[in-house]
Amino acid sequence: MGVLENKFQDNVVVASLDKILGWARSTSPWYFQFGLACCAIEMMASAASRHDLERIGMMPRSSPRQADVMIVAGTVTMKMALRVKKLYEQMADPKYVISMGSCATSGGPYWQHGYHVLKGVDLVVPVDVYVPGCPPRPEALIEGLLKLQEKIQTERPLTRKLA
Amino acid sequence: MTSIEIKEALKNQFGKSVMENDELPENQVEVKGEEWLDIATFMKNDPKLSFDQLECITGIDTGEEGPLQSHYNLHSMEHRHKIEIVINHDKNEPKVPSIEKLWRIGDWFERETYDMFGIEYIGHRDLRRILCPDDWEGWPLRKDYEPQESFHGIVVPKIKEEEGWE
Repeated sequence: MGVLENKFQDNVVVASLDKILGWARSTSPWYFQFGLACCAIEMMASAASRHDLERIGMMPRSSPRQADVMIVAGTVTMKMALRVKKLYEQMADPKYVISMGSCATSGGPYWQHGYHVLKGVDLVVPVDVYVPGCPPRPEALIEGLLKLQEKIQTERPLTRKLA
Repeated sequence: MTSIEIKEALKNQFGKSVMENDELPENQVEVKGEEWLDIATFMKNDPKLSFDQLECITGIDTGEEGPLQSHYNLHSMEHRHKIEIVINHDKNEPKVPSIEKLWRIGDWFERETYDMFGIEYIGHRDLRRILCPDDWEGWPLRKDYEPQESFHGIVVPKIKEEEGWE
């Protein structure tokens, strides 16, 4: 850290506030606990003891007000699309969305004849990470979550953005 | 009782309201829609028939030429016999008396058939859509159904059979 190096005791770490914020945010993204279809079973399996999402700092919250990440786990029907949008709007900033499985990403097996299925949740809310699979295994979901953590870590919330 | 005996019992009671239709399989009986509530009340309360369980209500759209149908699967736990009742509807104005007060399970069955086929059950106390959103357009399981182009501002991309995404 340039001029600040070796000026303090050994137990003091110096970094920019931006980096610390990014680190703190990325290591505890609490996710919104709601499942729409069979992908939700895999999400539950990821949270359970064998895969244990809490070891990467993620724990389920049952209220959108307390959640940072929305995992859209399953088929989004037209009826649900309005609710998903409303739930996303209820989440506090900064907020992220993971589209889990092929149904949430593109409509999946309902892409042609499913009149009631939304063809991709990105038509309603902005998506950060897409996880492919039908349904994705917990390992795949964890890979997606780690990708999201990398993305959050590179964010610089305090740096003024160029117009 | 066998299906034929049940059909005879209904014919003795209601005469011409129970139709002769040779195209139907043995376990199905076609009845007139207008008389359906009376027939159903009889079928439930008559000690020899005693149909105490309504297993299912289904709608069937038989295509451009054919009619719209309601199918009722009835079962008697007491006598262990069952029968399927068929009612043909006019496609432009499908209406039939509701049996929701007779068998309480009919409430949701009729709402589902109304949701998917637009068959109106007269006398139902709460006839709303049960699966689709309340403001959904059209009856999805009818043969001539065209999905709507947008729903609350969400545009539904149209997909053609051969060309893929439009």
